[in-house]
Amino acid sequence: MSAPVIEVRGLSNRFGAQVVHEDLNLTIAHGEVLGLVGGSGAGKSVLVRTILGLREPSAGSILWFGQDRAQMSDAERQRVERRLGVMFQDGALFSSLTVLENVLVPLKEYTRLREGFMIELARLKLALVGLPPDAADKYPEHLSGGMRKRAGIARALALDPDVLFLDEPTSGLDPIGATGFDELIRTLASALGLTVILVTHDLDSVFAVCDRVAVIADRHIVIADAPARVAHHPHPWIQDCFGGPRAARLPGLAPL
Amino acid sequence: MTDTRADFRWEQSDLHLRGRWTLEPVAALEETLPQQPNAAKVHGDALESIDSAGALLLLTRFCTPQTQRVGFSAAAEKLIELILAQRAATQPRAPRPHGWMGMLERAGIAALRAKHETVAMLGFTGLVLERAVQVLLGRRRLRLTATVFHMERAGLDAVPIVCLLSFLVGAVVAFLGATVLADFGAAVLTVELVTYSFLREFGVLLTAILLAGRSGSAFTAEIGMMRAREEIDAIRALGLDPIELLVLPRTLALIVMLPLVAFLAVLAGILGGALVGSLSLDISPGLFLARLQEAAEMRHFFVGMIKAPVFAVLIALTACRQGLSVSGSAEAVGRHTTASVVQAIFLVILFDALFAILFREIGW
Repeated sequence: MSAPVIEVRGLSNRFGAQVVHEDLNLTIAHGEVLGLVGGSGAGKSVLVRTILGLREPSAGSILWFGQDRAQMSDAERQRVERRLGVMFQDGALFSSLTVLENVLVPLKEYTRLREGFMIELARLKLALVGLPPDAADKYPEHLSGGMRKRAGIARALALDPDVLFLDEPTSGLDPIGATGFDELIRTLASALGLTVILVTHDLDSVFAVCDRVAVIADRHIVIADAPARVAHHPHPWIQDCFGGPRAARLPGLAPL
Repeated sequence: MTDTRADFRWEQSDLHLRGRWTLEPVAALEETLPQQPNAAKVHGDALESIDSAGALLLLTRFCTPQTQRVGFSAAAEKLIELILAQRAATQPRAPRPHGWMGMLERAGIAALRAKHETVAMLGFTGLVLERAVQVLLGRRRLRLTATVFHMERAGLDAVPIVCLLSFLVGAVVAFLGATVLADFGAAVLTVELVTYSFLREFGVLLTAILLAGRSGSAFTAEIGMMRAREEIDAIRALGLDPIELLVLPRTLALIVMLPLVAFLAVLAGILGGALVGSLSLDISPGLFLARLQEAAEMRHFFVGMIKAPVFAVLIALTACRQGLSVSGSAEAVGRHTTASVVQAIFLVILFDALFAILFREIGW
């Protein structure tokens, strides 16, 4: 596994006259947990959507496992897409299906497992993300926000992907729930050998789980490095963010 | 060695794993796997990769938690530990009943739900009545702007489609009457047929059914979406009353508009009948009008019109109640909208039948 899992080269994204990304480069190595931070509207979600292929870039290329996405055949692309798992911000569970059925969707679509084993596997995924067994037969509307996010991860993990994208996993959670989520991401990443890309606003979880942090500002990646080192970067947004009152109590931020 | 299959080999009670124990090969293996004994020891050194599906298969079909594991990579060991811990925590649940028992269970649930729906509808009607009385007593405000807005949208905007359909049905009834009555040499009675049926039944019934489908469903979807996005809770939290704010204006608007639209529908239906009469039945408009004036006593008109506000209340209350009972998801909005239309039309026809019996008994 020498090729980087994901590589973004010279990416530009424009909406009409508005430029979101300009010549953006980012490399994500196998097995790392990368935090993607940036102000609201800095283009984090657009970047993730572009990497996932949900949006065609205006210019530049996306490499999945060393292969250019634009040059893949449909079959190849579909094969690689199965190695990418995504949890959307509010879980994006199918509201007409129970939690268990939600996790079963990718399994039913892509594998020919026996029904019994499939259900067992789906239940295991639900247990792995820390959902109680009785949550399996509930509909998404009956779950709390945190549980919906967990169920969203379980569905993303259904096919044992290599890469997991998490969009704001801790937003809207209480501090204890958020801490539990950080631990969950750590555990899953190490036990399942996942590469995790974490879009977040939450500095606590950046320091708790990320190996590297990529800061997106001024339409490109300002720096991508270990959290403690990023914190001392002179860029004004980073200084405001990591030097602000919300960051003051974080460990690991002592002056170098 | 690139073995793409999930493979294994027994040496007495020792199990040796080989190849890729990942989702796809595991699926192929699992399909054809016969019953396996529990291994005393599992060797993982020839294993190329293993994921959660592979680990689950291994743990469920070959191993007990006591089975020794040898030669697994650190990552695989971690994965298996995690899955073992999770599986210990999950208990199998009671299976849901199938077949006859399941059918009985569902029938029971449906019966209970029907009862619950009736009680809830009566309760809701009471609640709205209470609020209406409070408005009459001046303790609550009548939301006039909202009422007029809904009068326009639910009533006035529906006039073209209601009139068009009534016109067509009027024409059809005239044709039908002419066909049947001509055999008795009484084709001219088509006028009475069209007039009676539209004054007493069709005018108001067609209007009610169309408004239930058009405006009732809109009420449910609007209120349901507000409910799903917690807007109703916001209204309550602001110390306002959703019944006063949302339900009363809609109900009032329908009570005012449904009779008016129904009246237009009656006119359109009779016009349709008259047109067919003059074009293909040799009943000239003059003759039609003369017979109409003879036949159409005021009581027939009242029989139809009395029903209109009742139907309006039924439609508006059903629609608003269904909207308010939406919970959470987009799918629930759809479900309640369907329920709203079905229930409203059911109630309209049920009450129409009751009215028919009533009017027969009092000789109208």
